[in-house]
Amino acid sequence: MIHFVQDLVESNHYLPTRLLHLLREIQARYHYIPNTAIEQLAELLNIPRTHIISVIEFYSFFHLTPRGQYDLLISDSITDHMLGKIPLLDYLTKKLEVKVGEVRHDDLVSIDNTSCTGMCDQGPAGLINGYALTNLSLTRIDHLTDLINQQIPLEEWPSDYFLVKDNIQKKDLLLNNPVHMGDALISMFNRGKAETLNEINFSELRGRGGAGYKTAWKWQLCCENEYQNVDALDNVATNNHQTRYVVCNADEGEPGTFKDRVLLNSYAHQVFEGMTLCAAIIGAEHGFLYLRGEYLYLYEKLQTILKDRREAGLLGKNILNKNLNFDIEICLGAGAYICGEESALIESLEGKMGIPRNRPPYPVTQGYLSKPTVVNNVETFMAAASISVYGGEWFAKIGTEKSKGTKLLSICGDCDRSGIYEYPFGTTIYTILNDCGASDVQGIQIGGPSGIFISNHEFERQLGFEDLATGGSFIIFNHTRNILDIVNNFTHFFAHESCGFCTPCRVGTSLLKNQLNKIIDGHGSTGDVVALEELCQIIKKQSHCGLGQTAANPILTTLSRYPELYQGLLKKISYEPGFDLDEALEAARKLSGRDDTNAHLTQVEIAS
Amino acid sequence: MSKSITIDGQSIPFIDGQTIMEAATAAGIYIPHLCHHPEYTPHGSCKLCNVKVNGRVCSACTFPAMEDQEVLSNTAELINDRQKITQMLFVEGNHFCPSCEKSGNCQLQAVAYHLNMLDNYFPLFYPTRKVDASHAEILIDHNRCIFCTLCVRASQEADNKDIFAISGRGINKHLIINSTSGLLRETDIDIKDQAAHICPTGAILIKYTAYQVPIGERTYDHTEIDQVSLNLEKHGHE
Amino acid sequence: MGMNNKIRIATTSLAGCFGCHMSFLDIDERILQLAELVEFDRSPLTDIEHCTNCDIGLIEGGVCNSENVHVLREFRKNCKILVAVGACAINGGLPAMRNFITLEDCLNEAYLSGIGVENAHIPNDPELPLLLDKVRPLHEVVKIDFYLPGCPPSADVFWKFLTDIIEGREPFLPYELIHYD
Ligand SMILES: Cc1cc2nc3c(=O)[nH]c(=O)nc-3n(C[C@H](O)[C@H](O)[C@H](O)COP(=O)(O)O)c2cc1C
Ligand code: SF4
Ligand code: SF4
Ligand code: SF4
Ligand code: FES
Repeated sequence: MIHFVQDLVESNHYLPTRLLHLLREIQARYHYIPNTAIEQLAELLNIPRTHIISVIEFYSFFHLTPRGQYDLLISDSITDHMLGKIPLLDYLTKKLEVKVGEVRHDDLVSIDNTSCTGMCDQGPAGLINGYALTNLSLTRIDHLTDLINQQIPLEEWPSDYFLVKDNIQKKDLLLNNPVHMGDALISMFNRGKAETLNEINFSELRGRGGAGYKTAWKWQLCCENEYQNVDALDNVATNNHQTRYVVCNADEGEPGTFKDRVLLNSYAHQVFEGMTLCAAIIGAEHGFLYLRGEYLYLYEKLQTILKDRREAGLLGKNILNKNLNFDIEICLGAGAYICGEESALIESLEGKMGIPRNRPPYPVTQGYLSKPTVVNNVETFMAAASISVYGGEWFAKIGTEKSKGTKLLSICGDCDRSGIYEYPFGTTIYTILNDCGASDVQGIQIGGPSGIFISNHEFERQLGFEDLATGGSFIIFNHTRNILDIVNNFTHFFAHESCGFCTPCRVGTSLLKNQLNKIIDGHGSTGDVVALEELCQIIKKQSHCGLGQTAANPILTTLSRYPELYQGLLKKISYEPGFDLDEALEAARKLSGRDDTNAHLTQVEIAS
Repeated sequence: MSKSITIDGQSIPFIDGQTIMEAATAAGIYIPHLCHHPEYTPHGSCKLCNVKVNGRVCSACTFPAMEDQEVLSNTAELINDRQKITQMLFVEGNHFCPSCEKSGNCQLQAVAYHLNMLDNYFPLFYPTRKVDASHAEILIDHNRCIFCTLCVRASQEADNKDIFAISGRGINKHLIINSTSGLLRETDIDIKDQAAHICPTGAILIKYTAYQVPIGERTYDHTEIDQVSLNLEKHGHE
Repeated sequence: MGMNNKIRIATTSLAGCFGCHMSFLDIDERILQLAELVEFDRSPLTDIEHCTNCDIGLIEGGVCNSENVHVLREFRKNCKILVAVGACAINGGLPAMRNFITLEDCLNEAYLSGIGVENAHIPNDPELPLLLDKVRPLHEVVKIDFYLPGCPPSADVFWKFLTDIIEGREPFLPYELIHYD
């Protein structure tokens, strides 16, 4: 092990910023991070061991105690549940003779749940040793059990177990007009950097990651301190300005979102080109693709694409002989939804826990290693590349007043054709449901758990920042689905993913989970929904970042639409305990061997 | 002319680079806080100091004071939310004040008193946490840690050591200690270190000093935390 | 109000130490004044075994066994204002320190393997209340209307609370009267 860690650290130039990468390699090899490795890393990287331990304990995919040689994680997205996750998981644990969260006695296999793996259109899904498994079924589980028990290496498993389909169902502006390698950069150089930024400004492209900040403004802010006006952009030699960074946010952790996965699988060149374009404009020499750990299977492929681009003179030194230097590094996440938040992402890139920073300063002035940094979503970079080729007008003539262009949706749940759909902004929900073959719709979760739940009275509403904004997640529920089950799944998700930095979210999301469970389990009484809503408001108002500020949305958006669902579960009494009173006596009953009437309690007092 | 902001309608001056908290304190206005300490880099995690700045909730301890800010702090809504946040801190850990040496000198307790908090409101978590009594002079009781990171910052910024860190995610956050065994005994912490004295709660205690001050004469027995805090600011920290 | 327009008060101690009751009695000579205004229902101070209609129920101690649950419910049913008195009633207090040890370990230590145990067996008499797996504060079992913190709350706390009620004010404890220890 000593040599392994030594070589690893050496090949990563003793950089503490590479900590996640180092831990990933160690975890892959030893199925955990042994204490000796921690001590050695601390020594070699010259950082405190507590720093390393805190990082390990922060990310779901790192472990201080050994996992199985085959480590299975089953996706806990609501869509996986709708596709029968629970019975599958039961079957799996029985077949493999191991409990959820545990390692089998022979250390061969371990199983646990994991947050949505981004395979909602081809679930139930999971990960084995980090690699995506799709379309899990009973027969596959039978076979998978044999493969594990016979210790067949993953490379020899049937490749269709790992097959991830694109499922592109509807193309529009962007997907129909892919940019050929290099074209966006050539257009930019022909037009000039300042003029290209103007085109992007004119296109009114807004960020596709959720918040919808105007992309051109962000890029401009990032270089503003240096140039009084953008026209100066073209007159400054590339190398004599301050260090800046371009970061592509491919953390795609919002349950129900998988469009970035498809873009990186089939349009990666264009995404990288968009990043290079941004680098040229803002004057960055280094870029990162922050790829969520769940998309490990894309890693090699993307590395090859980067290599191809270097060979084609589109990355590296002196790009297109235009004196532009820029290269891209891929960094893998390790199972933390919060790392999609841009400042947490930057912390993670620096090899730390993904804790959102205090703002100001914003990343555009102090981002990666405190240098000005642009963080954009995958789709944003892709669109920027298209705009460079086809022009701002081409983009802006589509969409609505405040939302120009098109939006990629990842549609899943109860419909005939789940997958990727590209729509002009302004498209009605009604049209979308028609296209994907959804009938008997009860409601839709738009924008994932952090977005809103709309009912079937709201299908005239439109896609767009002025009405229904979404990062891409679009989950359809028919009438067989229980809304409270959905809300419960989402509320658990946030409690699990809260980074724990600030009090309202750290404690609040767990309290919320418990309070919701209380009501769903039938222990709610008169004041419990009011208490629930009050707690929601505090978490929403007082939390530090977008995670906490939206964590109560599943409850708030359904409570306002279906108050009777919640109220109907309440008992008409002043109070009922949130825990099972009779169950609380079970231990004492067992130990004393009693089962008489005095050895039991009713949950509430029976009126006499 | 000097720049100014208003806090609850009162105009107060600030200088560039000051946070709202710093400007408020300098002007003799107390904003409840736990993770803030004037001598260390602001952290912004407890959220007790949340105020409304032109309608938007911001942490006073990290948000820069800027011209044209109308800050609201003492509103019924914010006081109510602060009380709930304090109750969250109480139910998350195990705070049995009658058996805590810090009682009477504890900032968490004092803030709770200040906010007129009579109960815990929420169900209690009763988490299982440890006590580290390994060190000869300093005791760590994890049951009372509120993850304010003051000990972490003090150790780094004042003591030039790295004794403490906060680890884990979400509700599983916990304090860890920088030694091979994870015990305090094996660290190079010294009783004179700032980190040993900075804890606002009874999570880090100096051994053999308990109950030396009689009840009635402890820091917060008769003086509210707002006064104590502003006085300290005026006369300097020990 | 009870007979003679006096405020009727019931008190009890669940998983508590009677310290709060003792502190209540510490109101000294004011007790005479109080006696003019209140009368006691079920309480260690009286021989009344069960609560009847009361204005105020004062409860010290948390909930540690099935009997506590029954008594607490009787109080809730019969008291207009139910008050959690003292640290144990509010957060479990000292008895809740056992929440970090499994009930099995607790009982084993006490009745089976502990030092000095003779005739080792876990009591199983049906007359005995069974222990809950965790000690709970009152507000997790019934609705509580007011809290008097302190270990114990000082006599002044009781006095302030009762006089506020008697004089028709919303009870309020000023800074000087709020203590958790
Ligand atoms: C909890 C949380 C998770 C987020 N996850 C993502 C994500 O997975 N991908 C993404 O592009 N943006 C995500 N964002 C938004 C980013 O913070 C940021 O706004 C975005 O990457 C900016 O890029 P854009 O302007 O191109 O949208 C998330 C925000 C929050 C608060
Ligand atoms: S809101 Fe939640 S995720 Fe965001 S900083 Fe606070 S604890 Fe972390
Ligand atoms: S740390 Fe403070 S609040 Fe916690 S038990 Fe001690 S005195 Fe009470
Ligand atoms: S031990 Fe004390 S100072 Fe350190 S984080 Fe916990 S509460 Fe804060
Ligand atoms: S004091 Fe400002 S967040 Fe803690």
